[in-house]
Amino acid sequence: MAEGKAAHPAASHRPASTFAAQAAAAADRRETRGRWLLSAPALLILLFAAIGPLVIVVIYSFLKKGGYGGVEWEFSTDAWFSVVFTKDIFSDAVTLADAHMSILWRSVKLSFFTTVMALVFGFPTAYFIATRNEKSRDLWLFLITIPFWTNLLIRTFAVMEVIRNEGIVNSILQGLGLIDAPIQILFTDFAVMMGLLYVYLPLMVLPLYASMERIDFRLVEAGYDLYATRWHVLRRVIFPLVKPGVIAGSILVFIPSLGAYVTPRVLGGGRNLMLGNLIEMQFGQGRNWPLGAALSITLMAIVMIALLFYVKNASNTEARHG
Amino acid sequence: MAEAAPVKPTTPKKWGRGFDVRKQTGFTTIAMICFLMLYAPILTLVAYSFNAGTSVAIWEGFSWRWYESAWANVQVQDASIRSLTIAAFAAVVSTVVATMAALATTRTKPFPGLTFIYAFINQPLMVPEIVTGVALLIFFAAIKVATGYTGLGYLLIAHTAFCIPFAYLPIRARLENMDLSLERAAADLYATPFKTFRHVTLPLLWPGILAGGMLAFVISLDDVVITELVKSGGQDTLPTYMLGQLRRIVTPEMNAISSVFLAISIVMVTIFFLLNRKKT
Amino acid sequence: MTHLQAFKSTAVALTVMLALSACGEKKEEAAESSNTTTTAPATNTTATTEAAPAAAPATNTTETAAAAPAAAPAGGALNIYNWGNYTNPKLIEKFEKEFNVKVTVTDYDSNDVALAKIKAGGHGFDIVVPSGNYVDIFVKEGLLEESKPNTMPNFKNMDPQWVDVAFDKGRNYTVPWQWGTTGLTVNRKAYQGDINTWAILFDTPAELKGKTNVVPEMNDVIAAALMYKGFNPVCNENKEELKQVRDLLLASKPNWISMDYGNVEKYAKEDLMAGLNWNGASYRARQQNDKIEYGYPKEGITVWMDNVAVVKGAANAETAKKFQNFIMDPANAALISDFAQYANGITGSGAFIENKDFASAPEINMPAGQKTFILESCKPEVAEMNTAIWTELTK
Repeated sequence: MAEGKAAHPAASHRPASTFAAQAAAAADRRETRGRWLLSAPALLILLFAAIGPLVIVVIYSFLKKGGYGGVEWEFSTDAWFSVVFTKDIFSDAVTLADAHMSILWRSVKLSFFTTVMALVFGFPTAYFIATRNEKSRDLWLFLITIPFWTNLLIRTFAVMEVIRNEGIVNSILQGLGLIDAPIQILFTDFAVMMGLLYVYLPLMVLPLYASMERIDFRLVEAGYDLYATRWHVLRRVIFPLVKPGVIAGSILVFIPSLGAYVTPRVLGGGRNLMLGNLIEMQFGQGRNWPLGAALSITLMAIVMIALLFYVKNASNTEARHG
Repeated sequence: MAEAAPVKPTTPKKWGRGFDVRKQTGFTTIAMICFLMLYAPILTLVAYSFNAGTSVAIWEGFSWRWYESAWANVQVQDASIRSLTIAAFAAVVSTVVATMAALATTRTKPFPGLTFIYAFINQPLMVPEIVTGVALLIFFAAIKVATGYTGLGYLLIAHTAFCIPFAYLPIRARLENMDLSLERAAADLYATPFKTFRHVTLPLLWPGILAGGMLAFVISLDDVVITELVKSGGQDTLPTYMLGQLRRIVTPEMNAISSVFLAISIVMVTIFFLLNRKKT
Repeated sequence: MTHLQAFKSTAVALTVMLALSACGEKKEEAAESSNTTTTAPATNTTATTEAAPAAAPATNTTETAAAAPAAAPAGGALNIYNWGNYTNPKLIEKFEKEFNVKVTVTDYDSNDVALAKIKAGGHGFDIVVPSGNYVDIFVKEGLLEESKPNTMPNFKNMDPQWVDVAFDKGRNYTVPWQWGTTGLTVNRKAYQGDINTWAILFDTPAELKGKTNVVPEMNDVIAAALMYKGFNPVCNENKEELKQVRDLLLASKPNWISMDYGNVEKYAKEDLMAGLNWNGASYRARQQNDKIEYGYPKEGITVWMDNVAVVKGAANAETAKKFQNFIMDPANAALISDFAQYANGITGSGAFIENKDFASAPEINMPAGQKTFILESCKPEVAEMNTAIWTELTK
């Protein structure tokens, strides 16, 4: 895997020549152009139907809010002001927007724990699948995705069915005599986390599997030859090998969790919102589209920074190990 | 596991016959818990689809009535077919373009714009659905007014777009792990780049593509918010149809529809495996 | 090479899917091209109607199913944009037959989504069904056609109490679809005291602490708190009063277990023992759990109404107006109520309602002398204060 990192497909078999510098520069340009062209279809679709329209969101965040939703075409920084500060409606005192901060903190916290849990459960599961024989591997893989065929709302309702006071979990615990009265799981932060884990687990397993499936077990064997314990092999050999999958999976779980909307509503009971709900509210009942836009951009910025940091950090450690 | 501890101190090649280098202590157990966790709610859901009562939580005996009612419900049928159409289209197109993009952005020394492309492709993940939804609502409404076209195209392209990162990430993860020596060997044997791709890269990349495509498909099948805001008249998908029920009353009809979808997926998987088996 | 085989078999699977979807598309095209189509308009939907409402008895369905017309709709099309799970397929079928048109129903799940979409344009809808406190926003924003229902033949059937409503005085734009109240659902097993008071939410009895739910509708919840305090709940602008209400809400929240929609199951299954709820939802919950009662707070109760309006510039405005007149016919209004179990505001419709229990249900029949308020759309400044309170409450 070390050479995989370093190798450059074009450079590897290009003969050195006298005007190497020029030729290499031209080749580099060609290469860059080729890679841009190859990415172009994806970029164009995204530009048209996902990212381009977001310019509207940026513009909206600098406009005045319309009286009944929408915006008025007048420049204003009110929305950005209210992301961080809040003017008390009764005393006009300006304070830090404590409501927004606590919602943000809750969202980050719950998403983080969800991601960790997804990794704890997803890693062994992906590993289990990847180490089956080739025939049954795809079957197990499909088993991971089958629950996805039911709609998110329905799945969330199904989870509720399991954890409610008269649900399976409580019935089993009571049947075993472990508890006397049902434990309140539904409508807690724990329930939200369970729900998010349930909903997003496949997003962790699939990329992990994709990178595990090709593990060269000769490397693992080599590890054992050097008297490594299973734990060492896992940490020093397997984990570095599947790092890209871990990164991809974590991103796929963390980010959607951060913006989750249905799960906190149904399983958390909606008493405490997450960021997704807060933003949705501004576009809905709150009728403050500019604030909704500004909050979204804030969310994007946070995620972007976290992501860049994470990817950079991850590739650094990888380089060190490799 | 038990055999690992006593074996370790002896010489490497004298591990017990049972020693499996792939094994990791407790992983199988966790995997089984994981599957149990995934399927317990699904089983309850399927069970209640056969409920004779109107509740999704109180069992009143066995009946097919919700399947009959779903079957007779034209709106549900249309919505289901529409959901599958959109998901199939979005999955295929997004996986194809995501594969191309993944090939372009991995296994290369940094080139101008690499980080940009990477950020651009993953960007839809970072935006809450409602925001993309509102932006698309405004943007597409302008196009609808200007062109007069209000067909399914808007939903198709919107779904394709937000599926791209979901398809891209597993494929990229796969590519990053891939050994280049085979491709180089092929190139050394004077295989054309296309042949190399077709016979070496693609088969190696396939599990990543499969994972990405499946993810894209289910993500599209699941989407509520963007669809709700982009759809024109008569374009309800199954999730938006269900959303409407959520606020009023949820009947086992929803469970019945979901169970049918589960059944379809299981049938597809089965066909897949029967075909696979025959060929070996 | 298993990968190649996997590729081939997936290709087969996808082809099957695409083939399926192609059929779907064809069917859709056929359905949409209203002039040329020979496809029968939606028939056989009768089974659904008995399925959705909990109480609708399964009678009288066979004759309708047998009389499926195969006529091509020469009268054009009608695009209805309504709340999800709210439109009786029988009603649509009847209208299609009578006027020879093809009706398409599309769902939404909140007034705000409907407003945003209609405002954005390019949607192609002819009819929208906003709640009373959104009707005047639609009107102010110039989104509704002044269809003059008050000049329509069936207008005489409208219950006089619904004619001069604040949101559409004299009914120049809208026709009632359904109306209901936002009151209290209480499980008598848990609490035997007085349930006709907002104290259930704001001075929660010990028995109901941690078992009470509040629907996440900002306007309804704040109105309830205002009524409990004895203040005017309709767009109250008094800062001092709103401040008291904010403090009351913040102090009450720890006693609530959730702020979720009045999901019938949760009440029936006794996950929730009490809560702010809609009367129809409470009615359905009682049908599954007879210990459930609906409370009419003596401090006052909010009444809401969803109304059928014609969208400005609608392609099928004339057909849409026919639809407005059509649903003011008692027999047709009864179909609306039979499906969603709310009252409809049309006199004489009771006789046509199949569910005989409906007429006597305490959830549907408000006690005489009940103090009521109809919520209106508030000024942006008031809405802003409400939002601030609400954000504080749900942080």
